[in-house]
Formats: sequence, C-alpha cells, structure tokens
Amino acid sequence: MGSKMESSLLWLLLFLCIFSTPTDGKPMTILGQPPPANISGTNLTELSIVSLHWDHVTQPYIVALWIFVTGLAKLVFELNHKLTATIPESALLIFIGFVLGGMIWGADKAQTFTLTPVTFFYYLLPQIILDAGYFMPNKLFFGNMGAILTYAILGTVWNAVTVGLSLWGVYLGGIMGDLKINLLEFMLFGSLLSAVDPVAVLAVFEEVHVNEVLFILVFGESLLNDGVTVVLYNVCDAFVTLGADRINAVEIIKGIVSFLVVAFGGALVGVVFAVLLSLLTRCTKNIQIIEPGFIFIVSYLSYLTAEMLSLSSILAITFCGVCCQKYVNANMAESSVTTVRYAMKVFANGSETIIFVFLGISAIDPEIWVWNTAFILLTLVFVLVYRIIGVFALTWILNRFRLIPLEIIDQVVLSYGGLRGAVAYALAFMLDGNKVREKNLMISTTLIVVYFTVVLQGVTMKPLVTWLKVKRTSKTEVSLIEKLQNRAFDHILIAIEDISGQIGHNYMREKWNKFEEKWLRPILMKSSARKKQDQLFNVFHQLNLKDAMSYVTEGERCGSLAFVRSENNVNLDFKKKLASDISDIMPDINSDSSDTGPYTIPMTCIMQDNVPTVCLDVEEDMRGKSMRDTENINTHHVLQMHLYKARKQHRHRYSRKEMGLNKDENEVQEIFQRTMRNRLESFKSTKMGVTQSKKIKPAKKDQIPNGKHKTHSFEDADFSDDNVFSSDFAGGVASGGGGPTRLSIRSGGGIENPAFMPDVDHASPLHTPPWSAVVDDGVAPSQRAQVQLPWSPSNASRLTPLRISTRSNDSFILADRPTAQGEQPPPSQPKSTPK
Amino acid sequence: MPFMPEPDPDPWQLRRLNGPQDFGSVKELATNPIGDRIIGAFFSQGQETVDFHSFVRILAHFRPLDKNRAKRPDSPEPINSRISKLRFAFQLYDQDNDGKISRDELLQVLRTMLEMQVTEEQLESIADRTIQEADLDGDNAISFDEFRKSLEKVNIEHKMSSRFLH
Repeated sequence: MGSKMESSLLWLLLFLCIFSTPTDGKPMTILGQPPPANISGTNLTELSIVSLHWDHVTQPYIVALWIFVTGLAKLVFELNHKLTATIPESALLIFIGFVLGGMIWGADKAQTFTLTPVTFFYYLLPQIILDAGYFMPNKLFFGNMGAILTYAILGTVWNAVTVGLSLWGVYLGGIMGDLKINLLEFMLFGSLLSAVDPVAVLAVFEEVHVNEVLFILVFGESLLNDGVTVVLYNVCDAFVTLGADRINAVEIIKGIVSFLVVAFGGALVGVVFAVLLSLLTRCTKNIQIIEPGFIFIVSYLSYLTAEMLSLSSILAITFCGVCCQKYVNANMAESSVTTVRYAMKVFANGSETIIFVFLGISAIDPEIWVWNTAFILLTLVFVLVYRIIGVFALTWILNRFRLIPLEIIDQVVLSYGGLRGAVAYALAFMLDGNKVREKNLMISTTLIVVYFTVVLQGVTMKPLVTWLKVKRTSKTEVSLIEKLQNRAFDHILIAIEDISGQIGHNYMREKWNKFEEKWLRPILMKSSARKKQDQLFNVFHQLNLKDAMSYVTEGERCGSLAFVRSENNVNLDFKKKLASDISDIMPDINSDSSDTGPYTIPMTCIMQDNVPTVCLDVEEDMRGKSMRDTENINTHHVLQMHLYKARKQHRHRYSRKEMGLNKDENEVQEIFQRTMRNRLESFKSTKMGVTQSKKIKPAKKDQIPNGKHKTHSFEDADFSDDNVFSSDFAGGVASGGGGPTRLSIRSGGGIENPAFMPDVDHASPLHTPPWSAVVDDGVAPSQRAQVQLPWSPSNASRLTPLRISTRSNDSFILADRPTAQGEQPPPSQPKSTPK
Repeated sequence: MPFMPEPDPDPWQLRRLNGPQDFGSVKELATNPIGDRIIGAFFSQGQETVDFHSFVRILAHFRPLDKNRAKRPDSPEPINSRISKLRFAFQLYDQDNDGKISRDELLQVLRTMLEMQVTEEQLESIADRTIQEADLDGDNAISFDEFRKSLEKVNIEHKMSSRFLH
C-alpha cells in the first residue's frame, strides 16, 4: 500500500514538472533559449512586492529540472523490484523517455527537448567514461589487451565495412526504393553504426554478472573502439564532403595514418594528464579538500584537450583514469579517495540515466521519422549477422594464441553483447544535412537499431546467459583450503616457470613492474604511500574498516557490544549486506573463485537479526559459542594477511585490483632465509664431509671455502642492491679452513628486516625454529651447529618488530652476540661427526 | 638453466640433474616458500638424480588441458588432466605418501607459506580449521578425494597450466 501511494505521488510530480515548464513551441535543446519574459520591462507602473522572474532562471532551471525528473523516473521504477530484475534499467528509462516525450509533444506539438550532440559529448559522456577508466581492473585489462584490441580495431572495421557495403549492394539491387545515397554515404552510415557502445554495455552487463574475462572483453572493446569509430567517421565524412572523385590512394593512406595518430595520440594525451594528476595529488598533503576536485577537472581537461586536437577523446579520458588510479588512490587521503569514488559513481549514474531518458524522448519527434522498411530491416539484420560472423572469426584466430581459449558460449555472449547506443545516435545527429540528404532516414534507423539492441537484447541477455550456462562470477566465500591452495598454486606455477625458463607474458609484466617500481613510483607517488603499498593499506584494509563499522552498528542496535545468543542462532550473513554496499562503490569485488586475496569478505557473525526481547550480558556463555565463529573469522583473517604473496603475476589470475608484484623485500628475505636454512640442514646431513663446491654454482663470487656455506647464493640472488644483507659467518664458525666467505657487510644499509631483529623469533616460545625442529629423517645438526647451536632467543617479547637498530641485523651474527639482557647462547655441543 | 651445471662428458647420454642442488642454480626458487617441495617432487622416491625424461614428465603436468582430445575409455589418464594436476599438488603436501594429508603435514606446509609473524597457536588453529572444512569422513586428515572435493570450484585448469614454448 505504501509503495503504491509513493508511486502515484511520484507520477503526479512528474506530470506537474512537465506541464508546468513553460515553453514557446520552438524546438529547444536542453541549452535552449528562454521564452518571452512574463514581465515586460517597459510599463512598470507600481512597485511589486514579489515578482516572477522566469527569464532570469530559465536555463539553469530547466537543466536542474530535467536532472530532477530523470532521477524521479529512476525512483519510480525502482519501487518495483520484479520489474528491475527482468528488464534492465536502460530499457525502462527509454520507456519513461517515450512517455515523457509523448507528454511534451502533446503539450507543445513539437519536440522541444532532444539529445543534442554537444550536450551529449561534452557534458554527459565524459563522466561515464572516466568512471569506467578509474575503476578499470588494470591487470585484467592489460592482460587481455591483445584480444581487446583485436576486437576493437579489426572487429569495428569489419563491422563498418561489411554493413556499409552490404547495404550499398542491396540498394543497387533496388528493393530500397529511391534513395539518394551513394556508396560513401553508406560507408559513413556503416561506420557510425559500427561501434559497440560503452554506456549500453555497462548498463546491461552490470546486471548480468558474467565472468570477468567476458566482461572485460566486451567492455574493453567498447571503450577502445572509439578510436576506430572517430577515425572512420571523420574520414568518411571528409570523403563525403570532398566528393567521390577526389579520393585516391593518398587519401586512403592518410586515413590509415590518421587512425594511428588519433588512437595513440588520444591515449598519449590521457597518459600525460594522468601523470599530471598523480604529481598534483602528490603535493596536496596540506590541502586535501582540493584533491577530489583535481581528479575531475584534470580528467575533463584531458577529454577536452584530445577533442581539441581532433584525437580520440574517449581514449584520452579512459587512459587518464586507467593510469592515474593507482597513484591517485595511494597519494590521496582516505576520505578523498572515498569522496572521489562516490562522486564518480553519482555523476556516471546520473549521466547514464539522462542519456537513456533522452534517447527515449528523442524518438517522439515526427520530424525525424522517415520510414523505409527495407533499409531499416536490412540494417538491423546486417548489424547482427556481421557482428556474429566477426566475433566468431576473430575468436577463432585469437584462440590459437590464448592459453585459455574462449568457448563457443562465450563467443555467443560476446556477439550478443555488441550493443549500440547513444554514441551512434549522436554521431548520426551530427551528420551534415546538406551533404547527406537522407540524414533523417539514418537517424531513424540508428534509433531503431539502438532500441533493438538496448531493449530487446538487454532484456534477453540475462535469460540467455542463464540458459547457456555461462560462467558467472561467483560470490561464494572461499574456504580456507581453497585460499591456501590457490596461493600454493601460484607458487607452484612460478616455480615451474622459473625452472623451465619461461619467458612469457610474465616476463614482460615483470619488466614493466620493475620499471614502474624503480622509476615511476618515486616520481608519482608520495614516499609515505610507497611504503604502504604492499602491506595492508589496500582494499582489504578498507573492507576491514567496513566490517568493523557494521560490527559496531549491529552491536549498538543490540544495546551494547555484547552479542546475545538466541535459540535459533540467526546468522546474519554479513557478506551479503556488505557485498551490496561495497559492490556499488567497488564493483570489482565480485570476482570469481580465483585467489581473490584481500577482497572476499569472510565474515559471518552470529548476531541477532530481530529485536531481542532481553539483551543480557551473557558474556561467558556467549563467548563459548561465538568463539567458534570469531575463531573462524580470525582464522580467515590470519590466513589472508600472512600468506606469502606470490612473486609474480600470472595472466590467468583474473581477479581484479590484484595487488602488485610482491616486492616486499622483507618477505622475500624471510622466505629466502628460511629456504637456505632448510637446505643447509638437509644438505649437511646427507653430505657431511663432502665438499660440494663443484655442485654449487657461484655466479659472482669466486671462492667457496667449503660447500657448506651457501652464502654465495645470497649474492646471486636477484635482488636490488639494497637487499644484500650481511652474513658474516666469521664469528664462531668452525669452518674447515679457508677464509670465511667474503661478503659485503652493509651496516644500516638495506631494508631492516624485521625478521632479523634482535628478538628474532617474535613468535611465542612454543614456536620452534625450523632448524631445531625434530625432523623425521633425523637431520643431524650441521657442523656449525655442532659447534654452537643456532641460538633462538627465548625472549620473544615483541610481537611486532620495531625498527630501531641500524646495525646489521643478521640473525647469525646477532646470535653470536650476547644480548643486552645478558642471555647467553646455549653451551656448545661437543663436536661429533654423524655417521 | 637447469641442465647446465655439470659439464657432461658424454653429450649423448641423457642429461641428468644430479640432486636437488642443481636446482639451486635457479635462484628464484630460493625465494619461493614451497620451492624445496617442488624440487622434491621432481625426484622420485629415494632417488638422487632426475633424468631428462622424468623431468619432462613432471613438467607435462602443467600443460594446458586439451579439451578436444577424444576420450578413449581404456587409455590411461592423460598427465595434464585435472586429476593428475590435483594429484601433483596433493603430493606436495603429502610427503610421506600415505595418501592422506595429516595435520602435521599441513602444519609444515602452512609454516612455510605463512609469514614469520604468525604464532604457533594461530598456525594450529588454521590447520585445524582447514582440516575441519575439508574432512568428510572424520579421520582428521585430508584424503585425496576430500582434497579434490574441496577444490571443486577452483579452476584448476587455469591455475595449474603454463604455456610452454612450442
């Protein structure tokens, strides 16, 4: 009942808004002219206390009113959830546009509001594209770049050429009747219809939740094909203007060159502005309130600059968003980051709504409608058919180069997802009516195609996806063993690749990451942000914050933060609640079951779902029960936080917003030390007394006194110079002769490895160090250990290491030194050779 | 690369990897937490050397799945099938080859894969939880079937395939 009242109220409001807006019957754009003033300025006879100054506020008022109306429209149909589940929002908005357009036309007998290219291209489109670029999952995007580019370039060109040529062929056949179009104009028409539209794709695919690869392919294609579309359109337009006789090989070559220039130039402009943006955010430490403003303004400037230079503006703003996101998010204060995210979503959403409503309204304009059945029908057919053919052909070629081929089902969805949208309509609108005589026919056809793809294909996309059993993104919680195993797989694969000496995508990515870390990051990122890069200051941290906040809210609802256990133990599924909150802001949270690392939300909490009758502080009792679940939560968190990160990235890690390459030198050192220790032990046990020098390859250092000391490999390790940590085995080592390995001792230099702080085993005393753990195969203590057992300090007083010491921190050295607390290393064992 | 370490007197003999130390020349393996286990997987039980044939066999586990191969009912399971890949992974955990991952074995792996900041209690609780999640028959160990079941949703083909240069 309540919602019915709401909806009727809203309809009433809508009607009022439409009819109360005075117009003068002249065709008016959204930036239109004001109607005649209500108060004429000449015959003022008396002072009026209050007067109506419509002419003062016309323009802004109408703009604001339209935004208001479109927002209301969205509100209206959101009231009915079943409706929004079956029909995508975009289709619904178009319908509302029809209704509104009908109302306006009924009132004015002319369509006073239409979607003009200027408004569209300069005020409505940029924020959508920026939003797309800013939230783009970079790893996924660049990992699939080859496929995306293929579809974007080759696919679009194919679409344009085939549609244009086929239509021309049919025209020559005569069934289209008498149209005044020549080949060039057909090509022009084909080119403007060729582009898959990012707005439409986003709108439809957002609700369908296909798996990431599929999504990124369609979406990436829709973004990048703008370069092709712009060039094709401009080239064909120029040719039409020049006339068919002036086209020769030179012009065609110029066309191809212009494509390269436009595309790469646009991308370059975007990158330049991204760098500018990163540098700016680096300096805004003291005036953080400006930061969000900079993001929007600079990105918009990049769009306009590219437009000014006749380069691809969409590409510019896309790459601006793509390249700056990492640095900007790291440099800005957390509140600024949130602000930018929210604001971007608001703007993008608003623009999208307005675009679709106006697409609907623009249809209700009898002036533009020219109906030619054959033309329209055939265009539709050709667009669809050639899309399918194009996708399948390109995928067949691509599959030979991809590790994981795209299946038939994926290809079907890809071809079905080739939606045309407002860009095509705006381009059609921009045609020069004098040169292209059948402009209205083209506009009508474009509108029909747009409606068909957005409405029909949009509505049927979800059922199709379900029917074909396309792989969707799974939102299920990853179990502990999956998490562990995923990480293990990464390590395994990396090891295998290292062993087999693969140079593949990883190689390039590794090179890029190294370059980026060495050169770009110091320039573009604040030093404080750089330090936090690989640690918890990332999405996981934010999720934790959100968890904590929800935790508190729930607890407060209960009266206090003590949770009451009820008989039915209602399980508030935190995940769902949070997922819905977060998915708006960070839609990339929902990734598939690949190792999602920090962004699955493993929280399930036993909480009261309904209002408790009694809220007793039954703490002890409750603790026993919720202990399990807090344990569960803790376990997930611990695993999450402490699993060693895999060293390299693999292209088949389709998780979004993946953390960068693990460059945490501490971690690398830790693993390295551990491994070496283990090896030391196992080797010494098996090959006691045998010099192993010939087996072990010192690449750089020329001497190995005896093979027992693997210190040389520390040198070989592929670390940056800072990482060479000192190991001086001179102290207390009963080496069999020969000088101790000469290694550079860097005191104070390099990363202070927390693992090797004086109190090195900050685990509890229960945690036995690996070298003294009793191993099954009875590794005898090393020769060195026989002299002096590696001493594990028992004062594990610190759990978090403090970096206070600037001296060399190697545990072996430190072990040999008596600590300040006066603890002595255990007495050395008598020498004995195991046999 | 792995086959360089020893100057081979007889170039026609099957090249050998003499012992795990040769893998030491692959520096990156030292920074891999389970690097040693992976090396160990190359050497069959008790052996000290790996010849080229076995080396390639192990690597073959990581070939991408070939979906177009016709399944002949009585042919042995191809080495890069999902089951074989899983088995490879399973063997990394199960060092004593009794067909089960016991709590201790799991603890060992966890220890290598988790940072040093994790306390022993946390480690144990993680191990317990993990076994609890996967263990279906209640024997407090993860058998291969349970392992396989718990990883049903994981895309093994993606995660354990590498593209080798043709």
